[in-house]
Amino acid sequence: MHKYPIRLALATLLAASCASLHAQTMHAEPEAMATPTVPTAVREPGVPEPAPVHPDLSGVFTDFGGMTGMTALMDDFMQVMLEDPRLKPFFEHADQPRIKRQLAEQFCAILNGGCAYSGRDMKAAHAALAIDRADFNALVEDLQIAMERRKIPFSSQNKLLAVLAPMHREVINR
Amino acid sequence: MQTTNGSTLLRLALAMACAIASAAAQAQDASALNGVQEEPAEQPTGSSGKLLLTGGVTQVEGAAGGGLTPWAVIGGYGTRDQIGGNAFFTRVDVGDYRMDSYGALVGLYDRVELSVSRQEFDTQQVGALLGLGRGFTIKQDTYGLKVKLFGDAVLEQDSWVPQVSIGVQHKRNHEGALLAAIGARHDSGTDYYLSATKLYLGRNLLLNATVRFTQANQFGILGFGGDRHEGYRAQFEASAAYLVTRKLAIGAEYRTKPDNLGIAAEDDAFDVFIAWAPLKHVSLTVAYVDLGNVVIRDNQHGVYASLQVGF
Repeated sequence: MHKYPIRLALATLLAASCASLHAQTMHAEPEAMATPTVPTAVREPGVPEPAPVHPDLSGVFTDFGGMTGMTALMDDFMQVMLEDPRLKPFFEHADQPRIKRQLAEQFCAILNGGCAYSGRDMKAAHAALAIDRADFNALVEDLQIAMERRKIPFSSQNKLLAVLAPMHREVINR
Repeated sequence: MQTTNGSTLLRLALAMACAIASAAAQAQDASALNGVQEEPAEQPTGSSGKLLLTGGVTQVEGAAGGGLTPWAVIGGYGTRDQIGGNAFFTRVDVGDYRMDSYGALVGLYDRVELSVSRQEFDTQQVGALLGLGRGFTIKQDTYGLKVKLFGDAVLEQDSWVPQVSIGVQHKRNHEGALLAAIGARHDSGTDYYLSATKLYLGRNLLLNATVRFTQANQFGILGFGGDRHEGYRAQFEASAAYLVTRKLAIGAEYRTKPDNLGIAAEDDAFDVFIAWAPLKHVSLTVAYVDLGNVVIRDNQHGVYASLQVGF
């Protein structure tokens, strides 16, 4: 509980400093820029790398079906979240194609699939949203449901989740 | 008097927990009706925030954990911003005895867990042999408190540090006269424990270790302290669970116990279990359990089955 003010202050600071910096994306598409309110590709010193490459997880990337499977997974994932009353408010008016593309890039990069993640760090990317622990867990749950639908082996699911779970420190901000 | 009060309190707690759980379930059903449901069984449910099964099941004395052993997790699906809770019923059926345990717990802000439970130990034929009467049942109430000290068993996957909690279980056995006759020193007692629990997600593995300071004979069913030993002794408990799917875990537990009574040798207990959560608010645990010798009957092993509903 006592960490809240500190996190809030950090998130505000980051959001403010990010807003003043220029945006850049590797695969910037016209429709992805339809909501230009959020800047991209800013990395703050001291904030953990959002897509740490795990060379030992190449096999997991194969289990996900490579980048084709990852892209298909994100379609399912977004659909599950939009059907989830807990998460729908976070995504229904968001730029869904961009979120799906960046998530696919991020997961691909983590699993040593050779992608470069073009998005912001996890703190900056979520700073404009009020996310609590239940929201974070709801997202994990929906990702699990989507991975089950894609028939991704359970132990491979967990190897990815084990990398993503510690990001709760940057993502949760209330 | 004390028995009546304890029993009333338990029933009240159970009724409250069930009412809350069913209200939560109804609210979730209602909200589910409003959304588009392609595969209802796979839909996320409710606002309760912890991940499936990460609140554990309920151990025999009413704390969140495995079947025999408390874990450091706080029971129920409440996150640090929420309140969770559940109710359970467990039956242990071993050769010559049967024990039922039922109760409820509340998890407050993923920090504090309060639990109340009743254990009923049916002596079946042994009761007749000992002159107590066939089916003589020894009853005990257990009041539990657990507080999380530090760590997070589930989310801190880049750290080896487990979640660590301390807890107490205050037990009041109803059969004071009988317990005195078999050599037990007290008809009530308090266990103190320290638990460390960690999910090693990348290995699909959950490990728990608990150290318990206790005087209890057979969980307290045979009282506290005895002619052979009276004081507190440290006992060790361990659980390992392998996650097969998101909804299914298999595992084993071991729990050492004191051996305080001259007339009734006491052995360690172990079990091998399957825990299944078909829905987020329901879990079913089935185990093979071995309690060893229990009062004039050796080699007591059999089935453990536990149902838990919660939110």
